[in-house]
Amino acid sequence: MSTATEQHTGHDDHAHEESHGASDKQYVIIALILAALTAIEVSTYYIDFGPLFMPTLFVLMIVKFVIVVSYFMHLKFDNKLFSYLFYSGLILAVAVYCGALATFKFFLQKG
Amino acid sequence: MADTVVAHGADHGAHHTTTGLSNNKLGMWVFLGSECLLFGGLISTYMLYRGRANAGPQPDQIYDIPFTSVSSFVLLMSSLTMVLAVSAANRKDDRNTNLWLTVTAVLGATFVGGQVYEFTAFYREGLGFTTSLFGSSFYTLTGFHGVHVTVGIIMLMALVGMVRRNRIPGSKAETVELVGLYWHFVDIIWIVIFTLVYLIPS
Repeated sequence: MSTATEQHTGHDDHAHEESHGASDKQYVIIALILAALTAIEVSTYYIDFGPLFMPTLFVLMIVKFVIVVSYFMHLKFDNKLFSYLFYSGLILAVAVYCGALATFKFFLQKG
Repeated sequence: MADTVVAHGADHGAHHTTTGLSNNKLGMWVFLGSECLLFGGLISTYMLYRGRANAGPQPDQIYDIPFTSVSSFVLLMSSLTMVLAVSAANRKDDRNTNLWLTVTAVLGATFVGGQVYEFTAFYREGLGFTTSLFGSSFYTLTGFHGVHVTVGIIMLMALVGMVRRNRIPGSKAETVELVGLYWHFVDIIWIVIFTLVYLIPS
């Protein structure tokens, strides 16, 4: 019984590592990276980045987004179907914005 | 031995589905995908209307970037405490699960408190819901996000009570993970809002 339980626990730990892939220490390191990226974002408010202002903010936003989704939400280690479901919604959302923006541009030019 | 089989079944029963995946988790990801569309629509509306402040203050006149930066940092750190709660739940460590869930809820409440303060300050400076298209789209977007955070806090506190009383049906770790997914989603939406709404001038 004891052996069976130990084997079972070992299996759980292995499955846990496989499915989640990061330890608590790694999560803290990831959070520190996110905090540093946020600090760079906020610095754009105080420091003139010139023509790099918008690209810097967009890149930082996307990097932070992907880090949280991949590591904190475990999408990097989970089944691909979850990724397809989530990113489908995200791509559709971006398409909605592009469509709406194009529509506004069209009507503003016509008007 | 029978105990082992029962415990094993409770852990992995959720995965005995036609897809081989937990239906609860699949449902949560479908829900989050649809939430992307909701916030995509709201963010689009704000981006299109932000420059249309015919009356009342302009965005760059009222935004308090240092204050919002601190709020953003608090919400970002709540994602860390949430993932630590999920990690503790996977280790079947109820004490630390409850601790991290409570800390996450407190950080979330701090963020919502900051948002209430911000709304009050903006209203006093002359930006009401119907003052301009900018005001309407700003309050709708950030208000919807604030409601999502509030719902998340209620879910976290309910979860703390359920873990404490051992009243979670099925896998405890999976239930904590599902609430965690919702909480992280709220965080990533704020990552986008913070950049597009606050940091990029109109």
